[in-house]
Amino acid sequence: MGTVLTAKNLSYAYDGETAVEGLRFEVVSGDYLCIIGENGSGKSTLLKGLLRLKQPSAGELLFEDGLKPNEIGYLPQQTSAQKDFPASCFEVVLSGFCGQRGILPFYTARQKRAARENMERLDCANLSRRGYRDLSGGQQQRILLARALCATKRLLLLDEPMAGLDPLVTQDLYKQIADINRDLGLTIIMVSHDVKTAMQYAKTILHLKKEQLFFGATQTYLESDVGKQFFGGAA
Amino acid sequence: MIADIWTTIVEMLDYTFIQRALVVGLLVSVCASLLGVSLVLKRYAMIGEGLSHVGFGSLAIATALNAAPLQVSIPIVVLAAFLLLRISENGKIKGDAAIAIISSSSLAIGVVVVSQTTGMNTDVCNYLFGSILAMSRSDVYLSVALAIVVLTLFVVFYQKIFAVTFDENFAKATGVKTSFYSMVVAFLTAITITLGMRMMGALLISSLVVFPALSSMRICKKFRSVTICAAIISVLCFVIGVIMSYFYVIPTGASVVLVNIAVFVLFWILRFLSVQSKKRANKKKEVIS
Ligand SMILES: Nc1ncnc2c1ncn2[C@@H]1O[C@H](COP(=O)(O)OP(=O)(O)O)[C@@H](O)[C@H]1O
Ligand SMILES: [Mg+2]
Repeated sequence: MGTVLTAKNLSYAYDGETAVEGLRFEVVSGDYLCIIGENGSGKSTLLKGLLRLKQPSAGELLFEDGLKPNEIGYLPQQTSAQKDFPASCFEVVLSGFCGQRGILPFYTARQKRAARENMERLDCANLSRRGYRDLSGGQQQRILLARALCATKRLLLLDEPMAGLDPLVTQDLYKQIADINRDLGLTIIMVSHDVKTAMQYAKTILHLKKEQLFFGATQTYLESDVGKQFFGGAA
Repeated sequence: MIADIWTTIVEMLDYTFIQRALVVGLLVSVCASLLGVSLVLKRYAMIGEGLSHVGFGSLAIATALNAAPLQVSIPIVVLAAFLLLRISENGKIKGDAAIAIISSSSLAIGVVVVSQTTGMNTDVCNYLFGSILAMSRSDVYLSVALAIVVLTLFVVFYQKIFAVTFDENFAKATGVKTSFYSMVVAFLTAITITLGMRMMGALLISSLVVFPALSSMRICKKFRSVTICAAIISVLCFVIGVIMSYFYVIPTGASVVLVNIAVFVLFWILRFLSVQSKKRANKKKEVIS
């Protein structure tokens, strides 16, 4: 299995104020990595770094075999600006291909077919013609996940994708993300505050608290002091 | 009655200045409404407002220098557009405050320049509130050429503009050159506003950007229908506004804005009613089940 990315003593800062520092970890192809930690521990900051929306303040982030930005999919935390956006679900999903089209002004028939397939995979093909702003939070996340699948064949990044969703919908989405990891072989990196469920699915854990408290296999984490302490507190 | 109106409209179309105003106005209406959808959704509507004031300042300077108004204004307003965009994107400086500063400074400079050269005469009034007589023949040619550029670029970049408007971070993370497309939108907006400003007036032109987009968002669900519908609303409002201004002898800019307001209120009520009836239908369903 090849390495997808390597962090070497990686740090990020806002205006000289360090948000997270000294990260050393490696993500292998096909991995399912969960980033956990309390609020303000630097999870979203790291994700922004992995998306190359933010430059490291120190250290290096290496993408192996030249992973380009247009090979990364991303499911953001929902912003309020999007909630009342007038767009059909199909338009939103299709826009996942935007980074891959070069200068072509329109989407190809193949991309449209792939967009439909991704919606079917996530059981949201029936929403295709509905307005995005008229959907429930869970449905909206599903549409955004379908869009993320359009954007990538290799690496999928998710930032607290289940925030604010009810437990049933959450379980369902977790299962589907695990399926994507297994069936499509996509590498998954997910920020999660729902530690219990994360343990159930993740292969690897990265625990942050302004620095790296733990990095390793999920099983090892559960048996480690950090894991016992944090999990004990959360459960 | 209808025949009377018809003959008046036909008579109106005989005037060269009205023909010119219609050609330029229709093109500007379409361009402004298309760009407006993206600007409103990105919360950048104030940029349009700021640009029109900068346009007023540059127009005053052009007149003072006895230079061609559009040729002087367009580069200045385009520069201002890039500046305003940078300010709005950069969260540190308060974007709206910066726009307010630039707007009022340009207005002040414009007023001083005008009062020192031609004096505070009807010119100032025309710049601020628009005049249908403003267009020369060469202005019309330039406007048509630029409007074609704006429309072509908009169509070519439509999908990118949608992606960047809907979710800039996602677009950027997945390899879209978002700052380039934001610049394109700002650039096209600057040109559109400068073209429409003298007819609509510096104080009124930004309504052409905002109103059609807001109105069509009330009734359309798809981004593409919002865009197309905004263009149609904008064109209809412009035509009705011009006819009204001819009948009632009111300034064209204000007349067009009034029609836009009426349409917006109408669509707002329509949406309100449809949401209410949906709610009622849902309640009925709940009662039955
Ligand atoms: N845009 C920002 N500007 C300045 N500081 C920020 C910004 N975003 C986050 N921070 C700071 O960086 C730290 C990590 O934040 P974040 O990565 O959002 O944490 P998490 O996602 O784990 O809750 C926090 O101390 C937060 O205050
Ligand atoms: Mg966060």
